[in-house]
Amino acid sequence: MNAVVAPAVVSTAQLSSDRPAESSATGRMRLLSGNHAAALAAVDAGCRFFAGYPITPSSEVAERLSRLLPQVDGVFVQMEDEIASMAAVIGASMGGVKSMTATSGPGFSLKQENLGYACAAEIPCVVIDVMRGGPSTGMPTRPAQADLMQTRWGSHGDYPIIVLAPASVREIYDETVRAFTLSETLRTPVVVLYDQAIAQLTETVELPEPGAAPAAPERRWASGPREAFRPYAITDDQVPPMARPGDGYRTHTTGLTHSETGFPSQKPDVVERNQRRLLTKLAAHRTLHESVETLSCDDAEVLVVALGITARAARRAVGQLRAQGVKAGLFRPITLWPFPEERLREAAAHVKAVLVPEMNAGQLRLEVERVLRGHEVVGLNRYDGEAITPEAIAQQAAGLVGVTLAAPGAAPSAPSSAATMPPMVAAATPSKPGSCCGCGCASTSDNGGSKAGGQS
Amino acid sequence: MMLDKAADFDVRQTLRLEMMPHFLCPGCGHGIALRALMWALDEIGYDRDKLAVVSGIGCAGRLSAYIDANTFHTTHGRPLAFATGLALARPDLRVVVIAGDGDCLAIGGNHLIHACRRNLNITCLMLNNEVYGMTGGQVSPTTSEQMLTTTTPLGNAEPAFDACALATGAGAGFVGREVTHHVPKLKQLIRQGLEHPGFAFIEVLSDCTEIFGRKNELGSSPEMILRQKSEIRPSAYRDTVDAPFRSTELDTGVLAVNDRPEYGTAYRAAAQAAKAAAGKGKAR
Repeated sequence: MNAVVAPAVVSTAQLSSDRPAESSATGRMRLLSGNHAAALAAVDAGCRFFAGYPITPSSEVAERLSRLLPQVDGVFVQMEDEIASMAAVIGASMGGVKSMTATSGPGFSLKQENLGYACAAEIPCVVIDVMRGGPSTGMPTRPAQADLMQTRWGSHGDYPIIVLAPASVREIYDETVRAFTLSETLRTPVVVLYDQAIAQLTETVELPEPGAAPAAPERRWASGPREAFRPYAITDDQVPPMARPGDGYRTHTTGLTHSETGFPSQKPDVVERNQRRLLTKLAAHRTLHESVETLSCDDAEVLVVALGITARAARRAVGQLRAQGVKAGLFRPITLWPFPEERLREAAAHVKAVLVPEMNAGQLRLEVERVLRGHEVVGLNRYDGEAITPEAIAQQAAGLVGVTLAAPGAAPSAPSSAATMPPMVAAATPSKPGSCCGCGCASTSDNGGSKAGGQS
Repeated sequence: MMLDKAADFDVRQTLRLEMMPHFLCPGCGHGIALRALMWALDEIGYDRDKLAVVSGIGCAGRLSAYIDANTFHTTHGRPLAFATGLALARPDLRVVVIAGDGDCLAIGGNHLIHACRRNLNITCLMLNNEVYGMTGGQVSPTTSEQMLTTTTPLGNAEPAFDACALATGAGAGFVGREVTHHVPKLKQLIRQGLEHPGFAFIEVLSDCTEIFGRKNELGSSPEMILRQKSEIRPSAYRDTVDAPFRSTELDTGVLAVNDRPEYGTAYRAAAQAAKAAAGKGKAR
């Protein structure tokens, strides 16, 4: 199996270059941070409403959209708190407008009740969660991958949710566009989950030309006579059309359990029927949202399962291991939730050991252990605000299949430049004055909003 | 003031009758407030397809389901935040918020003061019954001192917020208060709020007979309403806030009008001006 998403176009030479952005035949070449890419993607996808609250390291998404949205007749509003910004995003989406917010761990915690409301009432919206060190206030300017379980289980009750985990600046663009597509198509909140390292990493990426960018599809709106319309009808595809205020349907939306009419009900059979549809609707559309990257899995004896910035280190580690004769493979969930269970089982069918490197105390490993019952699953964990190195992954993966690697640094050249860039070095690369960020504004710095050492 | 005849208005034409009977307790003032709201809307003329009613959680929160319009029953304390997104995204809609005193002043207090400051075109009715009725009668930020509730068995030791003083201080475009005893006056006040271009905050003194009244031996619903009537001081317009807490006498009528730019209009005007400037090469 091959990678399903092209790696970011990035090289050391480009990153240290002071050349202005240039156009290619196929698209826009831009020097962008991950947060900036998310903002551009939102606009290209058709997002016309953003409500947010400042929090490191996600604030640049809001700053960019405060400039971009008025240019396309959209609305940006900075709300009084994280709870209000989630509520406003849902309110705008209930009005029929594609909407988004962005936050980090502490803010994501505050959004959970209203996020659950959007899941239960089936209101499309996109939430960007930029992970920083935790728990609590933690390390606002350092990366972590410790919100994996919170994105799945953070709100109360049983509910469906989609979580996408990009690993590069270009992929943040693609996955943010895809988040809107999935959110609108499946009437569900979608979280785009990445860490501080990629959020503030600056890479040269090629974006689609304006106009050629893939706008997310229109939501399926209610049609036909009002009397026959049921806003939560049990339909074949499990995703009922939505009524837009002003179209004459005058429906009721509630966070209470409801019948197909949308009005509250606590009748056990009514509740069970709607809840069952809600909990199975994503499974019914797995091919639509499932996305993974696999690298050298076919004959792998040791499988590395990683996502986000850690997957980039793992990609290089797999190259190092292969160069030394160790049959290693990489499995990277791009759609984290619903977890790509079958794809992981396929990738791990013949491996002897599984290594899960992650910047937390073992959240992804829990899920991998559940899916690969019977396999040896070992964790490689860091929660000190530092990224996991390719060498650490290679050493431990080799050890799992009884190989001792040559001294670190002796590995042959890296197989893919995409995996080689230490994030902190890249993030420190300043962009030069005089070059527009790509949004048409007069801004000159990609990291202008993220002051060094800034706290939330 | 010339008072209109309530008999000319048939509230049933504006409600979802299939939702009846409603779930309010006998004697509850919330139904009177709902009637006054629909009457005011009817008088100014409205397109029910373009009416959005956003409510919170609690007894007041349940009212939205009875209105034949686009209705949104949101989370506790957050209806103003939901409504902010809806009103900004859809300026063509008329957005009305129905919330309780817990919604507006406790769990959602932050949203209220910022909604007042922002001055977006939303009409907010706060139905103040001095208690958390839905959850069984706990103390609220508007419970009068010394009153008994299930969580103040020794009598409430906290002062009660004067919600209108709070809204005035926070800069709401329009602030008013009325009692359910004066239905035509209440309708008139709500109408003025609906017609105000900006954020209108209207406090309706409701009564919770079954829980709050019973606990404090305040008598029947008519007795409670008459007591409220004896405590009000009609139409004392004021621009400044004397004290943030409820006094023994409550002012009613229009209490503050602040004619400053409506937020959505101002935001869109700034966006258009920036686009025009960018077209002439004067982008900031």
